[in-house]
Amino acid sequence: MATETNGAATEHAQGMPQLDFSTFPNQIFWLLVTLVVIYFVMSRVALPRIASVLAERHGAIQGDLDKAEQMKAKAVEAEAAYNKALVDARAEAQAIVEATRAEIQKDVDVAMAKADAEIAAKSAESEAAIKEIRDSAMSAIEEVANDTAEAIVAKVMPAAADKAAVKAAVSARLKG
Amino acid sequence: MAIESDAVEQELELAIHPMDQFLVKPLFGGSDIGMFTITNATLWLGITVLCAIALMVLGTRGRAIVPSRSQSIAEVIYVFIYKMVEDITGKDGLKYFPYIFSLFIFILVANVVGLLPASFTTTSHIAVTATLALIVFVAVTVLGFVKNGASFLSLFWVSAAPLALRPILALIEVISYFVRPVSHSIRLAGNMMAGHAVIKVFAGFAVVTFISPAAIGAIVAIYALETLVVCIQAYVFTILTCVYLKDALHPSH
Repeated sequence: MATETNGAATEHAQGMPQLDFSTFPNQIFWLLVTLVVIYFVMSRVALPRIASVLAERHGAIQGDLDKAEQMKAKAVEAEAAYNKALVDARAEAQAIVEATRAEIQKDVDVAMAKADAEIAAKSAESEAAIKEIRDSAMSAIEEVANDTAEAIVAKVMPAAADKAAVKAAVSARLKG
Repeated sequence: MAIESDAVEQELELAIHPMDQFLVKPLFGGSDIGMFTITNATLWLGITVLCAIALMVLGTRGRAIVPSRSQSIAEVIYVFIYKMVEDITGKDGLKYFPYIFSLFIFILVANVVGLLPASFTTTSHIAVTATLALIVFVAVTVLGFVKNGASFLSLFWVSAAPLALRPILALIEVISYFVRPVSHSIRLAGNMMAGHAVIKVFAGFAVVTFISPAAIGAIVAIYALETLVVCIQAYVFTILTCVYLKDALHPSH
C-alpha cells in the first residue's frame, strides 16, 4: 500500500471496481476454469472417497451392532441351556434321592423283619425256659411243703403220721 | 497507510479508499486486462482451488474409519450438503449433488480465503457471482423443461388460487423467476463487498490516534461478524440453488 500511495502512479478505485466491465471477460474466464477444476476434483476424487469412507464406517458400525446382537442371542441361549441343565440336574438328584431312599427302606424293612423274627424266637425260648423254671420251682415247693407238713405232723401228732395222707392234703391245698 | 508521505497526509488526513481492495490488477505488469491475463483475481481463484483441494482431498487421504480432524471437517461439510440436497430436492435431486457441492465448496473457500488480510475476495465481484447465479439459473431452467416439458410452466400457474387471480399471479411468478439470478448474485457480492469495505473504512480511521482504539475494536467486531457472514452466505447461495433445483424437478406448487 505504501508504494502505491506514493507518487503519481497511485491507483485508486474510481467508483466501484465491481462495475468495471473491462475486467469481466477475464474474471468470468478464470472463474469457469476454477469451477471446472473444482468440479472434476470434487466429483472424481473427494466425493467418492468421502462417500466410501462414510459407507465403510456405516457398515462397520452396523456389523458391530449385528455382532453384538448375535452375542446377546448366544448369551440368552446359553442362559436357557444353563437353566435347563440346572433343572435337569435337580430332577436327577431328586430321582437319585428317591431311589436311594426306597433302597434303604427296603433294607430297613428286611432288617426289621429279621430282627422281629429273631426277637420272637428269643422270647419264645425265654418263655419256655421260664415255664421250665416255674415248673421246677413248683415241684420243689410241693416237695418242701410235703417235707415240712410231714415234719410238722410228726412233731404235733406223731400217732397220726401218715405219709400218703399228708401228701394228698398238701397237693390238694397247693392246687386250691 | 501509516507510512504515507507527509505531503499526502497533510492533503488528506484520512486516506480512506475502501474500494481499492476490489481492484482487479494484472499480476505481471502491464495495465491491459485481456481475457487470459493473470490477475490478482486469478491468483486468489487459484488459491481457492488449492485450499479446497487441501481440505477435501489431502484432508481425507487417510480414509480412516475413525477420522482425523481435517477428515472430520471434510465429512461434516459433505454430510451437511448431502442432507441439504436430499431434504430439499428429494432423492431424485441427489444426482446433482456433486454440482451443488462444488458450488458450495467454491463459495465457502473463496469467502473464507477472502477474509485473510491483504487478500482479494473473488466473490465480492458481481462478475463472479452473476456468472454463478446465471449458471444455476440456466441449468435449472433447462433441466425443468427437459424433465417436465411444457408442464414446467405450471410453476407459474398457481392452481391453488382463485381462477380470476391466476393470470396476475402468473405475471408475478414470471417476474420473480427472472429476478432470481439477480437477487441470487447481488446478495452474495453485496454481502462480501459491504463487509470488506466497512473493515477498510474502520482501518482508515485507525490512523487517527484518539479514535484508533475504538476503530480497531470495531474492526475486530466486524471481522467476527464477517466470519459468520461468509459462511452463512455460502450456505444461503447453496440452499437457494437447491430450492431452484426442487422447482425444476417438481414444478407443481
